[in-house]
Amino acid sequence: MQNLAMHIANGIIDGPVAAAFGAVALFGLAICLARGRGDLDDRLAPLAGLVAAFIFAVQMLNFPIFTAAVSGHLLGGTLAAILVGPWVGALCVSVVLIVQALVFADGGVTALGLNITNMALIGTAAGYLMVVLLLRVLPRTNTGLAVTAFVAALVGVLAASMGFVAEFALGGAVDLGNSISILAGTMAGTHLFIGIGEGLITAVTVLAVARTRPDLVYALRKLPAKTPAKLVVPAGGVT
Amino acid sequence: MGAGHAHGLYLDRDTAVHRLAPEVKIVALVVFTVAVVITRREVFWAFGAYAVLVIGAAALARVPLRWLLTRSLIELPFVVLALALPFLGQGERVTWLGLSLSVEGLYGGWNILAKGTLGVLASLLLAATTTTRDLVLGLDRLHCPQVLTQIATFMLRYLEVLGDEARRMRIARISRGDDPRFLWQLKGFAAGVGALFLRAFERGERVYLAMLSRGYSGRMPEAWRTDGAATASQWVAAVGVAVVGGAIATAAFVIR
Repeated sequence: MQNLAMHIANGIIDGPVAAAFGAVALFGLAICLARGRGDLDDRLAPLAGLVAAFIFAVQMLNFPIFTAAVSGHLLGGTLAAILVGPWVGALCVSVVLIVQALVFADGGVTALGLNITNMALIGTAAGYLMVVLLLRVLPRTNTGLAVTAFVAALVGVLAASMGFVAEFALGGAVDLGNSISILAGTMAGTHLFIGIGEGLITAVTVLAVARTRPDLVYALRKLPAKTPAKLVVPAGGVT
Repeated sequence: MGAGHAHGLYLDRDTAVHRLAPEVKIVALVVFTVAVVITRREVFWAFGAYAVLVIGAAALARVPLRWLLTRSLIELPFVVLALALPFLGQGERVTWLGLSLSVEGLYGGWNILAKGTLGVLASLLLAATTTTRDLVLGLDRLHCPQVLTQIATFMLRYLEVLGDEARRMRIARISRGDDPRFLWQLKGFAAGVGALFLRAFERGERVYLAMLSRGYSGRMPEAWRTDGAATASQWVAAVGVAVVGGAIATAAFVIR
């Protein structure tokens, strides 16, 4: 099946707004770089690359919603944030977006700032904030972790899609007037389904990693140690 | 893996465009796209001139137009948006074939279609003429932060490995009679995703340790960085594209 572009292309949002969000993205990335450098130790470096490759690969596998006619793919921000932390996670998603814009023509080069702001910054931040919140509230079990990942990924996707709506309202190629609410509704509707799929995949992936290699899950490592984690860990993981 | 570092969109040729240093091509692409995007949408001839520029570069790189056009189908969702805008737009309306269309929407649709298509074609040209290894090298030479190029290097290196692994797992799943088509059958797919991640990470961890023990310091080998860097004449070529693109954009502002 032909891959379809999911990212904002050139010319959708007008020049000044695209440039403004380019500045926002650069600023956000600079913060992520400064904070992420501390996180990026020997083990996290290849993990970050793999998370990026994984997001890239899974984005190529479109998963069908209802029928093959409407399909969506992962955004990956929340998954990356849970596994490698919000700073490096945002960098991973940005790298995916940059490479997709340059060599896969998915997302315009001049819209990179917009795409990075939506998916790498807003999506990852919203997702990770939900993770931090829910991990404190929910029981520390596998189910709790799965619910956390699911909800956080869903929220992340919706937040990212609303980022696009805001950008289109600010500098869309066309002034839609009242129709902007139609656009918002359509975006929210389709991204609800994408978000559910994203949530399921994020939950299953995080759970699979947490079961066998809990040391790789950033969100769990950063938790304040209350009681010994109740996650069931099979003895002697692969090292 | 010997032929490794290419990707699905790379067209292996030996032309002047392929030999051009990657950083030059990246800069040319960015300048060209910016020029296209800032051009006023009412200036139709400018977009024709941009198209000639892209087609000329494609001919120079011996990239068939058919190849470019089929690959550019990727922007189909935005074409749908562009076609919907004349119906959604506000303001003055014209009647065409019995349809009431918004003038603003028609311009908006054209804007998305023209600028989107030119951008996609330019990116595809870069993809067709540059291997992923060269791309990362180009970004590194353009002083992209090392953390980003490091992530990009790993990402691109494992992309194919992951893709092949995913393909094998999919074939294995289908050959066992599973055929997930609907939302409630997503579990099989999701479980496969979890397994794919762990398999890939453990492979990556082994490779990374092997790289470290062979002296990997987080950067590209010194020889790669200096060998084949852009020469002055190559920069002139890139600046040429930039100047032509910029001239068209400026002329479009002045002449209208």
